[in-house]
Amino acid sequence: MSIKGKAAIIGFAEMAPQKGDGAKTPLGIISEVTREVISDAGLAKNDIDGLLTGWALGEYSVLWPSVVAEYLQLQPRYFSQIELGGASAAGMAWRAAAAIEAGMCNNVLCVVGDTRGTKATGMKPPAFPRLDSEFDAPYGLIAANPGYALIARRHMAEFGTKPEQMAKIAVDQRKNACKNPTALFGSKEITIDDVLNSRMIVDPLHLLEIVSPCTGGAAFIVTSAERAKSAPNRPVYLLGAGEAGGHCGITRARSLTTSLVKPAAESAFKMAGVSPKDMHFVQPYDCYTITVLVTLEDAGFCKKGEGGRFVEEHDLTYKGDLPCNTHGGQLSFGQPGLAGGMSHVIEGVRQLMGRGGERQVKDATIGYVNGNGGIMSEQCSLVLGVQ
Amino acid sequence: MADYKKPLPRPTVASVPFWEAAKRHELQIQQCGSCGAHIFYPREVCPECLSANLQWLKVSGKGTVYSYTIAEAPTHPTFMEDVPYVIAIVELAEGPHLTTNITGCKPHEVRVGMPVVAAFDDVTPEVTLVKFRPA
Repeated sequence: MSIKGKAAIIGFAEMAPQKGDGAKTPLGIISEVTREVISDAGLAKNDIDGLLTGWALGEYSVLWPSVVAEYLQLQPRYFSQIELGGASAAGMAWRAAAAIEAGMCNNVLCVVGDTRGTKATGMKPPAFPRLDSEFDAPYGLIAANPGYALIARRHMAEFGTKPEQMAKIAVDQRKNACKNPTALFGSKEITIDDVLNSRMIVDPLHLLEIVSPCTGGAAFIVTSAERAKSAPNRPVYLLGAGEAGGHCGITRARSLTTSLVKPAAESAFKMAGVSPKDMHFVQPYDCYTITVLVTLEDAGFCKKGEGGRFVEEHDLTYKGDLPCNTHGGQLSFGQPGLAGGMSHVIEGVRQLMGRGGERQVKDATIGYVNGNGGIMSEQCSLVLGVQ
Repeated sequence: MADYKKPLPRPTVASVPFWEAAKRHELQIQQCGSCGAHIFYPREVCPECLSANLQWLKVSGKGTVYSYTIAEAPTHPTFMEDVPYVIAIVELAEGPHLTTNITGCKPHEVRVGMPVVAAFDDVTPEVTLVKFRPA
């Protein structure tokens, strides 16, 4: 028994990322995208009987799912917080399908929204894990930048991966962003030299290889395959899912260069009964360029260590032979908290519904999405498709 | 050193022996008395076999650089004056990896695989950080 094909995403909403704190609280943003997604899915508010949400750093507290349910006056029969960092949205997709298949509920609202800071609420941001604070922070290993730089450096040392190869990912994704009117950085294409000449932040990662946190929100609705048939949008079926974890701080990862994407993607492809070569596009979480490179290797799009050459030899734009992060990726779209991770799920759905506009991937019927949290510490891979 | 502003470790009941050893300029990690695993960071049970039979072991402090990054921008505002500085993962001869800084050489001289040895840094009267320098 699996959840393959048992549920579908029938609607989505996505706020255009904004720099700075913005004028709304995270709950306000969550409310806006909820209104829009219910309309997009052709449902009424009372049809929503499942709720999955994730932290908003701008106003996080215990009992968060109930806070969201109360604010929206929802009465879920299934509700929870998915705490997988950037992999939360992908993690919501399969959990929603599983809950529906288990008969717990019919229509699950998956929603996230966040502000760049806590100005709108005056709350304190949540604490980092105690052990990271004790054994990493005193040496300056704080937040994500240096962690991913450690991965990139080790990848370069083990496999000869070159800075210009990593840069190519940012360049191709920017081309995609230039066809996405909501992208935060979509007004001008960049070159490999632009990336390599941008300010070095944590050697070997340059400024243009690093996401820019911002304000935003997103939502999608999952329903049963049966009910999806009467939805106004083309239903996008969840064909496969896989998840993996095992460390929090990157120093404690079993390997810096072979990530938990490997078991997560293997599970997702196995459930779907397909392989990477069948994918019409990929939407891999891209907090940094190296994240995409390692994900493509570990998901099986190329052999371990060959990611650098692979991204050089393939056109990752929406018109290319392996369209990758067709919304621009978070590198160009922006990283609105957990909605950054949701942007990959939504872009996969958008493409499969045929709503990609100028960046539509021609004849796309199946694609790979990956969510990544923390420092490669939470991985959730999805295979999405249309009939 | 009241002017030390960077984050300091807050030892717990599980980690006090590690930080007390560092103050004596000794590197101590745990070893599982049941399965023999070397353990870092300090824990209350062995993460391999979940045994509570753990012992403290003084180690040589020798290791190699597993990976590193040169922070050209501060990774936290309190590190501003240190830029550029090296954040590294060192693999101890006994196996465990730990987060550290590489001192005693120029940042651009650090290499993956470089042999290093513990270099204790008394950053405050109470706290000694375990950094590493080229061996």
